Amino acid sequence: MTTAPAIEIAGLTKSYGDHAVLRGVDLSVPPGSIYALLGSNGAGKTTLIKILSTLLHADDGRASVAGHDVADQPRRVRESISLTGQFAAVDEILTGRENLVLVAQLRHLREPHAIADDLLSRFDLSDAGGRRVATYSGGMRRRLDIAMSLVGDPPVLFLDEPTTGLDPQSRIEVWRTVSELAGRGTTVLLTTQYLEEAEQLADRIAILHDGRIIADGTLADLQALLPPAAVEYVEKRPTLEDIFLTIVGSNS
Amino acid sequence: MIDTLVLTRRSLRHILRSPDTIVTTAITPVAMLLLFVYVFGGAIDLGGDADQSYVDYLLPGILLITVASGVAYTSYRLFLDLQGGIFERFQSMPITRSAPLWAHVLTSLVANLVALALVVLVALLMGFRSGAGPLAWLGVLGILVLFTLALTWLAVTAGLAAKSADGAGGFAYPLLFLPFLSSAFVPTDGMPGPVRWFAEHQPVTSIVDTLRHLYAEQPLGQDVWTALAWCVGLLVVAHLLAMRTYRRRMSAC
Ligand SMILES: Nc1ncnc2c1ncn2[C@@H]1O[C@H](COP(=O)(O)OP(=O)(O)OP(=O)(O)O)[C@@H](O)[C@H]1O
Ligand SMILES: [Mg+2]
Repeated sequence: MTTAPAIEIAGLTKSYGDHAVLRGVDLSVPPGSIYALLGSNGAGKTTLIKILSTLLHADDGRASVAGHDVADQPRRVRESISLTGQFAAVDEILTGRENLVLVAQLRHLREPHAIADDLLSRFDLSDAGGRRVATYSGGMRRRLDIAMSLVGDPPVLFLDEPTTGLDPQSRIEVWRTVSELAGRGTTVLLTTQYLEEAEQLADRIAILHDGRIIADGTLADLQALLPPAAVEYVEKRPTLEDIFLTIVGSNS
Repeated sequence: MIDTLVLTRRSLRHILRSPDTIVTTAITPVAMLLLFVYVFGGAIDLGGDADQSYVDYLLPGILLITVASGVAYTSYRLFLDLQGGIFERFQSMPITRSAPLWAHVLTSLVANLVALALVVLVALLMGFRSGAGPLAWLGVLGILVLFTLALTWLAVTAGLAAKSADGAGGFAYPLLFLPFLSSAFVPTDGMPGPVRWFAEHQPVTSIVDTLRHLYAEQPLGQDVWTALAWCVGLLVVAHLLAMRTYRRRMSAC
């Protein structure tokens, strides 16, 4: 059992033109944990995920995933990760099963059909597996999308807003799956706008604001950050929402 | 290599599930074939080649038009892949970087060859005849493959650079027009000076003449080298352009 971080980010910056999105992000994600990245719209969550999954180059700073530098060893990084992007990356014209088989073949796995059937049943898609994805509901599509990312059991998983647009039941399904994964040792970095999701699911939480991680730690750590006045005002145990709004508000 | 084949099978499956794209590709050229042979054909003076039937004369140009309309779908399909997240998924996986692109190129080749076969079939029904041997037909096939690949790489560049689905296919319109300013429909002899000069020096004329000579069993002459030079030159330039556009797009998406 190694204790080296699964994801290590130091001083990462990225601008689009003169719009500085990331201004020096530092973060360290321990292996086997679920880490939630919180941030408002446009905070740069997707940008950070794209840099970590080798789709985008950073301007400065370093990032490594599973011990490999994203800039110097992108191929090694790609062998260790799976990305579920913000918008479902499924092939509409193929069936659900064909989508899974496609990914398994591209990962050069043996018995791609058995892998596909196994994932279909894990994600409650066995009945729909033979239908074209174009006929799927939003929730089914997202479940297939996540299932495609699990083909080949990559040790590090990036989920960019995995439950946006899902109904409560599908959301709970996704939460259950993600918890199971972490139980098996997979490292999960997920972004979300639902504070409840981070609260329920994550071992640790980081808040991305103004291009930096302005707070990170366990929920208890973050609760301890609250100024006493705010605690009095909240009275009960503060929810993550209280913390988020207080921290982000006091920083801008 | 395996990655390319897996991805090619994927996009061929797309085509099989909407075969109308191939039929649509073949419809415009077939309509032109009918129009020119049965409506204008009688009025067109082929000059010295009077013993040649007009459908025999016209077919090579129509084949090039088939390819030009077929590759519009290539850039459209590529554009759709880039739009949806699926391309990003491929790029985040440990596969050969250019495999998704090559898959579209191979798919384009297969789809265009099927459309070409359909058009030749219609031409045969309309009375097109050729006594050419297998070697000459192999030559015809070779030139059509080169031409398709060259236009396909142009289509790839267009698909990578496009901002909208309409924009992706738009590059094909000028290509569809070029055969009209060539020897594809009428001999260049009767054209006014500058048009004739352009027609005789643009790629379509040499390619069309070479194809025509090949299946009419006529001596090939200089045209075949000009045609090959155009095809190979265009192929190399279009390929380099596409790869450059691809690299730029993939490092800054
Ligand atoms: N290709 C691009 N070119 C220019 N600006 C971009 C580009 N991609 C993103 N941006 C800008 O960078 C900022 C961060 O975008 P990003 O998508 O990373 O945010 P996000 O935190 O994922 O937001 P959301 O919660 O809406 O998904 C935004 O202001 C966005 O407009
Ligand atoms: Mg985002």
